[in-house]
Amino acid sequence: MGRYLIRRLLAAIPVMLMVATAVFMLLFLAGGDPASVILGPDARPEQVEDLRVKLGLDQPLHVQVYRWYARLLQGDLGQSIFLNRPVTQAIAERAEPTLILTTLALLVALSIGLPMGILSALRRGQWLDTGAMFVAIGGVSMPTFWLGLNLIFVFGVVLAWLPVAGYESLSKGLWDNLRYMIMPAVTLGMAQGALLARLTRSMMLETLSEDYVRTARAKGLAERRVVAAHALRNAMIPLLTIIGLIFAALMGGAVITEQVFNIPGVGRLLIQAVTRRDYPVVQGVVLVVAGLYVLINLVVDVLYGYLDPRLRYGRA
Amino acid sequence: MAQSIAATPARVAPRPAASWRVHPFFRHRSALVGAWIVFVVLVVALSADALKTHDPLFLDPVARLTAPGSTHLLGTDNFGRDTYSRVVFGSRVSLGVGVGVSLGTVLFGTLIGLVAGYFRRVDTPLMRVMDGLMAFPGVILAIAIMAAVGPSIWNVILALTVVDTPRLARVVRSVVLTVRQLQYIEAAHAIGVGTRGILVRHIVPNCLAILIVQGTFIFAQAVLGAASLSFLGVGTPPYIPSWGNMLGEARSYLASAPWTMLAPGAALMVAVLGLNLLGDGVRDLLDPRLRRL
Repeated sequence: MGRYLIRRLLAAIPVMLMVATAVFMLLFLAGGDPASVILGPDARPEQVEDLRVKLGLDQPLHVQVYRWYARLLQGDLGQSIFLNRPVTQAIAERAEPTLILTTLALLVALSIGLPMGILSALRRGQWLDTGAMFVAIGGVSMPTFWLGLNLIFVFGVVLAWLPVAGYESLSKGLWDNLRYMIMPAVTLGMAQGALLARLTRSMMLETLSEDYVRTARAKGLAERRVVAAHALRNAMIPLLTIIGLIFAALMGGAVITEQVFNIPGVGRLLIQAVTRRDYPVVQGVVLVVAGLYVLINLVVDVLYGYLDPRLRYGRA
Repeated sequence: MAQSIAATPARVAPRPAASWRVHPFFRHRSALVGAWIVFVVLVVALSADALKTHDPLFLDPVARLTAPGSTHLLGTDNFGRDTYSRVVFGSRVSLGVGVGVSLGTVLFGTLIGLVAGYFRRVDTPLMRVMDGLMAFPGVILAIAIMAAVGPSIWNVILALTVVDTPRLARVVRSVVLTVRQLQYIEAAHAIGVGTRGILVRHIVPNCLAILIVQGTFIFAQAVLGAASLSFLGVGTPPYIPSWGNMLGEARSYLASAPWTMLAPGAALMVAVLGLNLLGDGVRDLLDPRLRRL
């Protein structure tokens, strides 16, 4: 296990290097001088020159690349152009809503997707299965933001049960926080739950048709145990990878959901930075999110190796 | 955006001479429904000029936020523009982006996958680059690219193609890796078929099924992705009547004019649903191993 762990850790390094390089190059993707792009056509030449120096664009490229990596290694993501503070600080201030949102949404996705998928597989071809899978493909096709707008309209505007938008910090109390978070979490989690239901169903159908399940039934095990201990346990292994992917989708979807519900999280920070052309913030957020994603994949990989010894010893 | 790929593990088995009868498709109920939906959206997009009741760009300050009625079938938005006509024209943007992204992704994804899978020397560097791109959640990468290149339809196509290409390349590569070990490739080598001949005549045809299936799902994802980017205000420029733009603007008028939100959203969802149903059906038919799902 130790060697496997080290191998996975080492494999993450080139990926992170690629990510850092890609994010660095983002600034140059626009074409032309980034400083004048950021300031727009009305800026005076001195202002542009100032910003060039501030961003280090006056240095030769290899110095810029070197400084970029050197800074990253110190955990420095640079200064925001508009917010007048370090990018890391700006992200940290906005982290709470986004973390709560994605965690709750993951819970929603799991509590919809797993039971629905398992039940569908067990009642294969019956009305419950057909119905659930119809709902699931609807859920996969439903644009996140449209679901959110509909929820706001029904529960916020017509019934007025929940606040239409905004955010209340967790420090103000759990219930106040949840009131604002229920609709966003359902909005964000629904599509992933639907996807998870479809995949859970197919994984379950696959393991249910395995020989060892037939053996388990033949030796007279109760159906409940056959399903839980033999079919589900084995189906869970590939599903773990899917759950890692779902987390990524949630982080992306959080940007959209925060925009729908006016939640002051990292996603809105990113969108505001894009519209203000605050490139250091854009780069910082993208880098942090990608880093988190690589980390989650690493954890999933390690868990995978723990659950499935074949991977540890195989060539993997 | 990885869902379609996760759902279709790469599989290559030499298929028995396929008998290309058309009718299995017509027996697949949901595929048929999907195909009809896609067909209708296509017809709407092509005949948008005939179907519109108003100029989708015409600003009518007097008719701001009018409720649906006889003059404005689905009401008007905050600038007095006709919602129905804008929804009709929005189908063009959605389908255009969908076609662009799926063609672009299939082209580049196949190319990269073939090269990486067949020429072992470039495999590792190429796939590392692909891994790097896949280390970003799709939406975030697309937003970052849009931030750099600015809003336009072509840039939306570019951004979403960059997002989807690595995943497709990976699938194609795994097909190539399996196929290149098969005996008929060895046989082709032995009788002196060149590299290009082997790739084009013997390997690419093996990828076709998976490309068609993935292409359909990528299409659906692209329609959704483009609408998301526009909704966020970083996709198509504001003056273009796209469903995402309309929904982004409708957000501020939820209470006073819910129709501005309902119509484009429903159109978007139906279109994506049609594409997903079609994709599921095509997958069931072209990939018999997965049919039981």
